[in-house]
Amino acid sequence: MNARGKSGRVLEPTPWCTVGPYFSVTVSDANSVRAIAAPGAKGERMKLLCAVFDRDGKPVPDTLVEIWQANADGKYNHPADRQAKSMDASFRGFGRQITDENGVCEFETIKPGRVPGPRGALQAPHLEAGIFTRGVLRILATRIYFSGDAANKDCPVLARVPKSRRTTLVAQPVAGQPGTWRHGIHLSGPKETVFFDV
Amino acid sequence: MSRPPKRYRDSHLVVPYRRYPRGSQPPYLYPPYRLTLSRAPRKPLIVLPHTLSEITGPVFGHGDVRETDNDLTRQHAGEPLGERITVSGRVLDDNGRPVPNTLIELWQCNAAGRYRHRIDQHHAPLDPNFSGAGRTLTDAQGNYRFITIKPGPYPWDNHPNAWRPAHIHFSLYGTAFATRLVTQMYFPGDPLLPFCPIFNSIPDRKGRERVISKFELNRTEPGWALGFHFDIVVRGQESTPFERQR
Repeated sequence: MNARGKSGRVLEPTPWCTVGPYFSVTVSDANSVRAIAAPGAKGERMKLLCAVFDRDGKPVPDTLVEIWQANADGKYNHPADRQAKSMDASFRGFGRQITDENGVCEFETIKPGRVPGPRGALQAPHLEAGIFTRGVLRILATRIYFSGDAANKDCPVLARVPKSRRTTLVAQPVAGQPGTWRHGIHLSGPKETVFFDV
Repeated sequence: MSRPPKRYRDSHLVVPYRRYPRGSQPPYLYPPYRLTLSRAPRKPLIVLPHTLSEITGPVFGHGDVRETDNDLTRQHAGEPLGERITVSGRVLDDNGRPVPNTLIELWQCNAAGRYRHRIDQHHAPLDPNFSGAGRTLTDAQGNYRFITIKPGPYPWDNHPNAWRPAHIHFSLYGTAFATRLVTQMYFPGDPLLPFCPIFNSIPDRKGRERVISKFELNRTEPGWALGFHFDIVVRGQESTPFERQR
């Protein structure tokens, strides 16, 4: 027992199963987190609207959208981040919301700073996002970048994405509403969002 | 915790989590589960090398869980109807190490097969004494335990005469964005399992067996509740270079 296989693994991971339609019984509004960054957190404040669509372009309600992000200095509130950067303890960097009948949910946050990536090259500011809904058998992991950020062209992760598909990862500012950004997530179809094998 | 080898003290270097074994997870597109046709991405996933963004994740604590959240039979004035059970086990990583202080959230329907949810239209009664929501943190050894009632099977609209086997949904965060897991726990000997496309979307037999709990007499509460055992394994971090040399 407990022998390591070729993979180095001792135990086999439990398989994923879909969240189904009813996760909000527990992952309810009361337990949801709209404010990823509390008021007063350092950084450029923003409202982020996420809109989820299916293969036919129809909105997908009852979808759990989870966000994980670094603070404005590019540091995560987590013990594995050992960067010598300041961390405000009140900044958690986690949010989760459920899409409404229009397939839309809304977060309050700040724009994250740059985080080191492979071989130390800085990544462009981004949010990690997990999408969970019925008809989706395991997490859809994606990222949300910000349109117009000069760092996007140097991001070592964006560089792995075919150029023609990079725009699917980039949120856009909403015209006439300063500080509001919108990001479309297309599960499938001609505008299919880039999803990652994390 | 021991200090990581020097290589990993450089802040941009990370110890990656192991990838899932090839073919061990449900595919996104699984036509017997009809809704995957309109919701499964068709383009291949892009492999993301793990960076700080993937090896970190939300940390939860005792402030996120109330004392009675793991007892679904004590959340209302009266007791829920149904077969009282305990569901317990450990959360481990694939190195066999316990995952302590991790948040587990579960949800389930009542004994009649009805969820307390606005979109559940199944013609079965709601139970005023059952919400079906549970939360707990694992202890220092990765142990968890819930008290609940056995959920009922229920029909759904996937195909003619489709029924879901009795199941309990589990959601875990683990230690990082890379260890997030949402799964379903089934019951041994359920005659509906062979007919369920969600259960059968797990490609290999051993994987399907891993989501079926085990009845264990020594986990029962004599005279009060039956006991089911369900261990959950999340991805673990790869060996450090030191371990790899041995």
